Amino acid sequence: MTGAVAPARVEARGWAWRHAGRKRWAIEGVDLRIVEGERVLLVGPSGSGKSTLLQALAGVHGGEEEGEESGTLLIDGRPAAEARGRAGLVLQDPDAQVILARVGDDVAFGCENLGVPRDEIWKRVRGALDDVGLRLPLDHPTSALSGGQKQRLALAGALAMRPGLLLLDEPTANLDPDGVEEVVAAVHRVLDRTHATFVVVEHRVDVWLHLVTRLVVLGRDGRLVADGVPARVLAEHRDELLAAGVWVPGAPLPVASAGTPGRSTAEPVLTAEALAIGRRRGAVVREDLHLALPAGTSTVLTGANGSGKSTLALTLGGLLEPLAGRVRPSAALAGGLRHDPVRWRSRDLLTRIGTVFQEPEHQFVASTVRREVAVGPRAARLASGEIERRVDEVLARLRLDHLAAANPFTLSGGEQRRLTVASVLVTRPQLIILDEPTFGQDRVTWTELVTLLRELVDDGVTLLSVTHDTAYRDALGEHHLELRGHQRVGSAR
Amino acid sequence: MSAGPSLRFVDRVNPVTRLAAAILLTTPLLLSVDWLSAALALAVQLVLFAAAGVRPGTLAARCWPILVAAPIAGTSMLLYGSPSGTEYWSFWLARVTDGSIELAIAVAVRVLAIGLPAVLLFMNVDPTELADGLSQIARLPSRFVLGALAGARLVGLFVEDWRAMTLSRRARGIGDHRAVRRFATMAFALLVLAIRRGSKLATAMEARGFGADVDRTWARVSRVGWVDAAMLATAAAIAVAALGAAMWAGTFHPVWS
Repeated sequence: MTGAVAPARVEARGWAWRHAGRKRWAIEGVDLRIVEGERVLLVGPSGSGKSTLLQALAGVHGGEEEGEESGTLLIDGRPAAEARGRAGLVLQDPDAQVILARVGDDVAFGCENLGVPRDEIWKRVRGALDDVGLRLPLDHPTSALSGGQKQRLALAGALAMRPGLLLLDEPTANLDPDGVEEVVAAVHRVLDRTHATFVVVEHRVDVWLHLVTRLVVLGRDGRLVADGVPARVLAEHRDELLAAGVWVPGAPLPVASAGTPGRSTAEPVLTAEALAIGRRRGAVVREDLHLALPAGTSTVLTGANGSGKSTLALTLGGLLEPLAGRVRPSAALAGGLRHDPVRWRSRDLLTRIGTVFQEPEHQFVASTVRREVAVGPRAARLASGEIERRVDEVLARLRLDHLAAANPFTLSGGEQRRLTVASVLVTRPQLIILDEPTFGQDRVTWTELVTLLRELVDDGVTLLSVTHDTAYRDALGEHHLELRGHQRVGSAR
Repeated sequence: MSAGPSLRFVDRVNPVTRLAAAILLTTPLLLSVDWLSAALALAVQLVLFAAAGVRPGTLAARCWPILVAAPIAGTSMLLYGSPSGTEYWSFWLARVTDGSIELAIAVAVRVLAIGLPAVLLFMNVDPTELADGLSQIARLPSRFVLGALAGARLVGLFVEDWRAMTLSRRARGIGDHRAVRRFATMAFALLVLAIRRGSKLATAMEARGFGADVDRTWARVSRVGWVDAAMLATAAAIAVAALGAAMWAGTFHPVWS
């Protein structure tokens, strides 16, 4: 079991941080006191420097080559940079935090670095794994873990260091609902046992609300906007919070909910017949799938992790080869092409089926936002005047015009998502397939995206979205497909 | 390096010792190009690996690249090796002679004698244990060794990235480009992704105290003992016996002459 550790005290006075080579401070004027054992939820718009603050508290900001600091940031009265080991940090991306190949070794890594004696290390490793509810053999391969398990592993790795301050940076943003539940339950158990001071950054307030005692809101420049008991802050600063993209619990979403499923009288734009799917030959994930996507309708595709949703989406999009059966386009979609989508040329897909990938970074190919959006129209060999006109129109529609010259990789998560949608929209495909379009998005981005997709459907575009997001399903699930167990895919309503 | 069938003796030897033994055994074999030293070394190795539990099937499955390379290297020597003695066949530049036949056998056997132990000794090496050994036994800087170990794990993610990037390029209308150009742009994009993944991993490692000024401890002890000494002695003995036999028999033929 995790032994008693004195909870840490945090104090920031006029603290500021500027990344090397930037003119603007990432965060400045932070005045904050967190007493021993407090549980704080930290929210704010993207770009308000929340992650920067958390990383500084964890002492991972490094020396002068990485940036410039001003003011003071203290843990137990000592500069945070010198208090290594007092704070444990869990980051957003589950894949980026696995360090070693075996579960036990990975948890032990932090203890080794802190010079903990060997016998003590293994005691702590077992205790930490127990605390986070990962009851696996110590030599279990870390590559075989799910996203939620990986986040609990990272948590165990931090816990084994016996931190007095536990810091979580959007720990559930990349997880499906089951994973979110696992992680929150593990954190709850851990805090009740260790009484460590706790700071979590997350857009989804409702996930942590029952667990925290204080809600701190940062403004766009990092200054404190509100601070206090969660219920009161939520009530008194509701509008600011909503404007900052925070998912205020109970606030109605400004989007219409999807109409009752039409009887899908529309002719299907795409039909799957006895379809078997998989990423590689011989690796069948699903077989004998029969389904149809009604034209001009928004369809959502749901199902548990590993049920093959993304693989199905990629196969329907003409990107992965069906392992058996076929994906048949309607005459309108094929537009004169004779074969099934997977046989179409890449260029022919552009005006027919557009796919928005889960990871924006996999799909960027150009050095500026403007060029990125122009990639499709160029490949479709539109006239240059037409390209310019369409790019301008799409950039304005998705509020990316002010970022036209920026590098896609430097955009925020929400901006990257808008860019991937823009670069698909611009060639006006009849069918758009989106894989988890709202993963990790704040409320403002979410609302914009859903509103835009709604408009597209109203204009006659057919949508297929793979999603775990129930609010998204409520807004856009006119037609609902669910991949369950090993049954055939079917209409869920 | 996926796990192969377990081996007697070899599996108990520290990975670092195996590395040292492979160097100790194979480097001397590079000094001569005669058939006797290579054949003797290969014969002894086959007996010892068989005793350790390597079956012919395992040998074929693990060492096939070497089993393919050896006859190819031999054949090229057979046809183009420096001619001497009786000539049996010739065509344009190719001449099969007594001398080239002997050289062909010497080279083919040598490729096997050097390649097989290198593969078989490392068949069951776990990267984490190798890193432990390199840091604790060979005393290489742990910052460097552990950084490389953690970084190597990212390779699996890069394979996934590459696949997703291939699909996304097709979706974006630029999958019809010529393969060379597409490969170049994707390689660059992967490099960008790799750097980003690397820096995220570095942050995660630092958050766990990696690179702190404290003296690091080790959760897993990397040990060496008599089995390690025995393996080194065996490796040295095979090398000495092979070269000694060649000198005694007069077949020793140093590469520099």
